[in-house]
Amino acid sequence: MSDQPILRVIAKMFIPFLMLFALYVQFHGDFGPGGGFQAGVIFAAALVLYALIFGTEQAKRVAHPQALQLLVAFGVLLYAGTGVAGILMGGNFLDYGALDHHDPVHGQHLGILLVELGVGITVTTVMTSTFFIFSARKKP
Amino acid sequence: MILPGLINYWVVVFLMMSGFYVVMSTGNLVKKMVGLTLFQTSVFIFYITMGKVAGGTAPILAAPGTSYSNPLPHVLILTAIVVGIATTAVGMALIIRIKEAYGTIEDDEIQAAEQS
Amino acid sequence: MLEMTDLVDLALLLFLAVLAITIAKQRNLFVVVIVMGFYSLVSAALFTVLDAVDVAFTEAAVGAGISTVIMLATLLMVGTEEKTPSQPRILPLLAVVVTGAFLVFGTLDMPHYGDPQAPIHQHVAPRYIEVSGDEIGVPNIVTSVLASYRGYDTLGETVVIFTAGVAVLMLMGQALRFRQRDGDA
Repeated sequence: MSDQPILRVIAKMFIPFLMLFALYVQFHGDFGPGGGFQAGVIFAAALVLYALIFGTEQAKRVAHPQALQLLVAFGVLLYAGTGVAGILMGGNFLDYGALDHHDPVHGQHLGILLVELGVGITVTTVMTSTFFIFSARKKP
Repeated sequence: MILPGLINYWVVVFLMMSGFYVVMSTGNLVKKMVGLTLFQTSVFIFYITMGKVAGGTAPILAAPGTSYSNPLPHVLILTAIVVGIATTAVGMALIIRIKEAYGTIEDDEIQAAEQS
Repeated sequence: MLEMTDLVDLALLLFLAVLAITIAKQRNLFVVVIVMGFYSLVSAALFTVLDAVDVAFTEAAVGAGISTVIMLATLLMVGTEEKTPSQPRILPLLAVVVTGAFLVFGTLDMPHYGDPQAPIHQHVAPRYIEVSGDEIGVPNIVTSVLASYRGYDTLGETVVIFTAGVAVLMLMGQALRFRQRDGDA
């Protein structure tokens, strides 16, 4: 679709705002609707839109497939690592209150932020790399 | 509230059964997956319907004394949707491999190719 | 007593039923996938009416966005025409009608839509609503339940997504890095 000037211009205008909106959903999910799952999918949708308009090869230069594969695991590790950090700080697994000894509510905030970030990273990268894999497949 | 009392559930049953019918009646694997998604979405609607409280609002804390809908089904379904698309992607990958191996995605033709 | 939101709820449910019939009858898979995306969007609207804003958000992004794109990418490789089935389809119809009748019979004992006295609202949920603001300090109850009270569940779901991603990579043979290493050795 790279020869369609209207699509190219509109996509160029929209994609930064899509990504910004995904980050807003990610980090504002504590206060309004949103969170890691939604943000991950929206961010992946922005990358997929970019790949559809400008071609998968171009998109792979922005989001390198090997980097994506590493980040898939990193998201899960960030989530589980936050849980382990709770144990090391003297609490239970995934007990965020232990992350801050002076103020458990602050610890909860920190824990939720990290956990949601882990979810967001995993969802984004799984969706994006799935799309890359499907689009790279040659028609049999 | 006689009318909306159980109608939501009946429509959910209808949607669920149309998904079930699609899965059973077609031999095309992609359409079977669409039927499963239909079935799955009807379960989502079922859960969310059960969580609704009359006069309640979205479960985001506001002024004290506000009545909220039940947040628990929302949490369960929220994650189920994303897991659903992840498993759909695996199903689609399997379908593509089947197409490459057998040259078709109709289940009776696959069976015929297996036996010959 | 019917309220405005109940009417919207009924209209959207009717819409969903019509779309489901369209999906069942349609033979062109391209049309089926596009209608499925539309169905997801309508169900997202329904979730908003039912106060599940977080769920609506996810369904709109996943169902109408990513899921449609992945299914279309699959259709590109497997073709868009469904073969007309040779066998008669009376049996599936019969099975569906009988199962549906039993399920409708089962709903007769269900608590009515929006009933605040329903069993589901009596246990666990009131506690989340009452104390999560003080315990977790996060206004969005769905977020505090998802990430904190039920953090184990969500960790499991994240691992499922991770596993699905790995499964797709293995099925489609694109785990580049490791294959190259094998070649070197």
